[in-house]
Amino acid sequence: MNRSRKLTLLGLLLVACLVVVLAAPLVGIVETPLSAIFTGQGEAAEVFWQLRLPRVALAFLAGSALAVAGMAFQAMFRNPLATPFTLGVSSGAALGASICIRLGWSVSLLGASAVSGCAFLGALLSLLLVYGIASIRRGFSTAAMLLAGVAVSFFFSSVILLIQYLSDFNSSFRIVRWLMGGVETVGYEAVTSLFPFVVSGVAIVAYLTRELNLLAVGDDIAVSRGVDPRRAKIMLFVGTTFMVGGVVAFCGPIGFVGMMAPHICRLMLGADHRYLLPASFLFGGMFLVLCDACARVLIAPAEIPVGVITSLLGGPFFVWLLIRRTSLGYAL
Amino acid sequence: MIEVRNFSFGVGRRQILRDISFKIDQGEFVCLLGPNGAGKTTLIKCLMRIVPSRQGGIRVASRPLETYRQSELARRLAYVPQADGRVTPFTVYELVMMGRYPHLSPFSSVRQEDHRAVNAALELAAAQQFAERSVDSLSGGERQKVFLAAALAQQAEVLLLDEPAAFLDLRHQVEINVLLAQLNREQGQTIVCATHDINSALATAQRIIALRAGAVFYDGPAAELASADLLHQLYDHDFSITEHPQTGRPVVLAHGEQVGT
Repeated sequence: MNRSRKLTLLGLLLVACLVVVLAAPLVGIVETPLSAIFTGQGEAAEVFWQLRLPRVALAFLAGSALAVAGMAFQAMFRNPLATPFTLGVSSGAALGASICIRLGWSVSLLGASAVSGCAFLGALLSLLLVYGIASIRRGFSTAAMLLAGVAVSFFFSSVILLIQYLSDFNSSFRIVRWLMGGVETVGYEAVTSLFPFVVSGVAIVAYLTRELNLLAVGDDIAVSRGVDPRRAKIMLFVGTTFMVGGVVAFCGPIGFVGMMAPHICRLMLGADHRYLLPASFLFGGMFLVLCDACARVLIAPAEIPVGVITSLLGGPFFVWLLIRRTSLGYAL
Repeated sequence: MIEVRNFSFGVGRRQILRDISFKIDQGEFVCLLGPNGAGKTTLIKCLMRIVPSRQGGIRVASRPLETYRQSELARRLAYVPQADGRVTPFTVYELVMMGRYPHLSPFSSVRQEDHRAVNAALELAAAQQFAERSVDSLSGGERQKVFLAAALAQQAEVLLLDEPAAFLDLRHQVEINVLLAQLNREQGQTIVCATHDINSALATAQRIIALRAGAVFYDGPAAELASADLLHQLYDHDFSITEHPQTGRPVVLAHGEQVGT
């Protein structure tokens, strides 16, 4: 596929993305006519500006960040099943959130609730643990990171189960609800708090797209072309973990977006990360906004947590991935 | 161009390379020979710093290897890996363009001279006809030409190859060997090639460095290694030397017990 065709596809994706993002805040139980929105008065305007728009913005940021992180992880690990949560970030965040809910902390800091703050600290704790365990062995191998991530994930998940078992019904339900993931928000605090994490994470990945191309071929080829894989992987690891930690802190662990979006974009545009990065960013954001719109209307007036929708789509996608095997770029 | 002096390398307590010394000049075609586990691949990887060694002893273009930044080293040395089945989710052109990495800064776009270098490399490696195909759709021989093209696009002074024709059928082995010989003869490309194939080494290289148990066993003109005694010492096996009916070059035949009737 030549460059101009890729740029055309990216342009079409951008247009589709704009349409979805502009239309999504209009979808929901409360009708929001355009006239009411622009006068800025009444319930419809309040719902539009203070609930739906920040929610769509949060969903877009979260989906984009998860997709970009998933893309980076799949290339780094040369594994199609790698997700932003492969290294235990989500279970670290979930442990932080569970402890906070169990202990009933409610102090907010820098626009983030106590649960979000503890979830972010949990994500950082998992980063430090995985990095520490992987560094005990000589070098900084991706295999060691993967194994350390799996071990940390299992351990944290067991601790979360223990906390749930020891919690009362109310706390236990709140923990389960948090683990389902969601982008419900009021006002723009969550969006403005998450924004710098996403911008810095995406900027680091964008800086390293050529390195990602080479790492996707293999570490030995990457070294021989002049890449320092250790440095590149540490930068990617830290940048994406902060970004994903931020997303999980505000939205909970939303599964499968980070795995599906890069694969679908790879089918459309090929594996060159210079094009795959903007495509994954746009597609991941658009996809989560669409899923959230469905979550709002499918069983209205009740809502389905968006993490449930992405997981429902993720299961069949995973089976499809198994059937297609290597045609998606990396061996299963 | 490359100077290795009293270089040793080990992993844990296992010593893989022992007190290696040799010098390779610009324009030479050198083959590294030796039995399995002799240290050929490790030596190539130490030169390219794929396997990092804290011990000094290697100089490239008169500069200690450890003083190079990796991208700087990649402008001096390029590497072609063993032909393997690694999944490579890129088109041929994209993969060969990655050879330009050491010449590009992070946010610079691909320049016209990079496209020229990629096209020239594809042509030299006789790989231009599948430039737009996916690397994973190619046969083993075609893939190896593509990896050779990617290394050539790097425009490095020395080409390091690790068993480039292993696992390929005879026709593709000959094609790769002919390509390498042409590159050396016509482009003056310095080539260091680790191989198991004594006969292709005798046919293409001017000089052979033979390793045995991690140490240099032989370093000299290729033709002079074609001696039954030397080869017996190198491989602990018996060989006969005959003459190629077309070229007159020595051909090594391994003795074997007759199997079957």
